[in-house]
Amino acid sequence: MRYEAPKSLDQAVALLVAEKGEARVLAGGTDLLVQMRTDVVEPALLVDIKGIAELREIKDEAGGFRVGAAVTGAELKEHPKLKAMWPGVVEAANLIGSTQVQGRATMGGNLCNGSPAADSVPALIAAGAKACIVGPQGRREVAVEEVMLAPRKLSLAKGELIASFLLPARPPRAGDAYLRFIPRTEMDIAVVGCGVCLTLDAKDVCTAARVSLGAVAERPLLVAAAAAALVGSTVDAAALDKLDAAARAACRPIDDKRGTKDYRIKVAGVLARRATQIALERARKA
Amino acid sequence: MAKHHVAATVNGDGVEFLCETDETLLDVLRNQLGLTGTKEGCSTGDCGACSVTVDDRLVCSCLMLGVEAGGKSITTIEGMADGEALHPLQKKFIEHAALQCGICTPGFLVAAKSLLERTPDPTETEVRYWLAGNLCRCTGYDKIVRAVLDAAAEMRGA
Repeated sequence: MRYEAPKSLDQAVALLVAEKGEARVLAGGTDLLVQMRTDVVEPALLVDIKGIAELREIKDEAGGFRVGAAVTGAELKEHPKLKAMWPGVVEAANLIGSTQVQGRATMGGNLCNGSPAADSVPALIAAGAKACIVGPQGRREVAVEEVMLAPRKLSLAKGELIASFLLPARPPRAGDAYLRFIPRTEMDIAVVGCGVCLTLDAKDVCTAARVSLGAVAERPLLVAAAAAALVGSTVDAAALDKLDAAARAACRPIDDKRGTKDYRIKVAGVLARRATQIALERARKA
Repeated sequence: MAKHHVAATVNGDGVEFLCETDETLLDVLRNQLGLTGTKEGCSTGDCGACSVTVDDRLVCSCLMLGVEAGGKSITTIEGMADGEALHPLQKKFIEHAALQCGICTPGFLVAAKSLLERTPDPTETEVRYWLAGNLCRCTGYDKIVRAVLDAAAEMRGA
């Protein structure tokens, strides 16, 4: 197994393109090293992207932030302006693993690991984040919800990698939140996760919303019907009932050791309500 | 293929080592540098027994490759006492009997030190969340948490 630590994206892409065997991008390694150890993956080449400066930065851009794909959860938490603008995203990323894992794990890795239960992904989708994908054909920006297709399956072509996420400027009177359900308080994988972002007008009427669910389908979902249940309402009890029903209707989960289908569907509705209420509080104060 | 030649700083001293791509930092510390205070528990980043700091960031050394350590400053449990003088956390762990078999102890101490460097006056909840990635199968955690809070109080007073 070869190891390369390129200093530029061009070099990283060239290495990925040239490799005939399996090539893996190494960011925090908190999933990849475990998979290598258990022989789930046996790459011929590791491309460590942490030496590429732009992948390690959080920069102001267009009133929002561009977050390098190799920025760690601990670094996100230590960025007060990012945390103030997109608390749901930072909180979601910080639910992943332990303090030790936070010191290494990245949102780029969380997405590219290709798990439907990835915590940061529904939060990024709700926030309307774009992934900047770099490859042999150059750069393209795609909505985060379009990156993952199915477990371990991404819409990235050979030689492509995620360089950064663009979190847009948060509109005035908007707020986001992410909640996950696990049967303990820490150190577990989501049974269901839900990210919500909503915007209010001066009369507290919801003018825009995005709702995303994790761990209830083969990939994290953007649930337009759930968002539509909120838009035009004051996010009152009737709107929350509609939201709950729409969130449940979008679920197509599996039964596994973490939860049954029926349980996941029920929890999805509950989490959508609760995350919406947190996002609402934040929007009112924003 | 040739081994990687890596230069890093460990507990303040410059070190050089050769490693294969698939050797973890934990493997290198224990097998090449003879620093066996860092323990191997799960090897999958779940137990925290292999906790070290890398450029002052707490990490599991089993989840990092040795080759990634190039140019980094690593601190292990061996860097904690000042010669024969134990760190306040080490003293408080003994005082509170916060260890039994001892396998998890170096990881807890390194992790707790990293917490107190950032948060000198943590709440019990903060201690428990910070140490959630360090598993102990003997003590039931309570004595560990008391020892950390007591050490924090002593270090603030010092």
